[in-house]
Amino acid sequence: MAPLFRRPVRRTRSGRYALNLSADERAVLESLAPQLREALTDPDAPGLRRLFPPAYGEEVDADKQEEYARLMQEDLVERHGAALNVLEQTARADELSPDELDAWVRALNHLRLVIGTSLDVTEADDPHTNDPEHQLYYFLGYLQECVVEALAGDD
Amino acid sequence: MSLAPVELERPEVVDAPASDRPWKVIVWNDPINLMSYVTFVLQKLFGYSKEKAHKLMLDVHLKGKAVVSDGPREKAELDVFRLHEHGLWATMEHDD
Repeated sequence: MAPLFRRPVRRTRSGRYALNLSADERAVLESLAPQLREALTDPDAPGLRRLFPPAYGEEVDADKQEEYARLMQEDLVERHGAALNVLEQTARADELSPDELDAWVRALNHLRLVIGTSLDVTEADDPHTNDPEHQLYYFLGYLQECVVEALAGDD
Repeated sequence: MSLAPVELERPEVVDAPASDRPWKVIVWNDPINLMSYVTFVLQKLFGYSKEKAHKLMLDVHLKGKAVVSDGPREKAELDVFRLHEHGLWATMEHDD
């Protein structure tokens, strides 16, 4: 994917967020979001472990972990799925509301957690790795960074 | 290892029920979450100033973890849930 020299997300005077993404980039987001949403039907899948971390530290017994997972996992699946829905449905929008962009930042993070886990990325990874999966991972990271900047009002 | 029955040497400590003791919520370092995103989430969820959230994020990044909130079990569980909703690696444990 070509490097981006423009600002993909910009806060407008009306308090909304203008998107400046290519058709290809939008198509990638539109296709990735439902793929992950469908994968959420098996939240115990090893590749999704970063989306459903254990809630308790190691010294707590397994019963408590399981109780928490039983009570909260369904809600977490629903929240993750809702964010991915927004990303899919607004991938071709010109502008987003603050709530929609908030869903984007979480959905982008979910995608990065799953792809990053499958790539086994480390903090020392070279962002110039050329294979498509790494390129996708770094594109999502760049976009998420821009979304965070826009939401945090740093620009 | 001693063969003495440890039960006799360590009687049950009479203490407040575990559920009444405060819990601390910890965010752990991971190589995927962006530093700017972690700062953003801590500000958003806990209302921390940019400076405080940034300092906590640096603790996570450089020391491997940071305590980001504390309180009774129900509050800690909710905080953990909201952090998980945002993809941060959070756990809770007793504040001994």
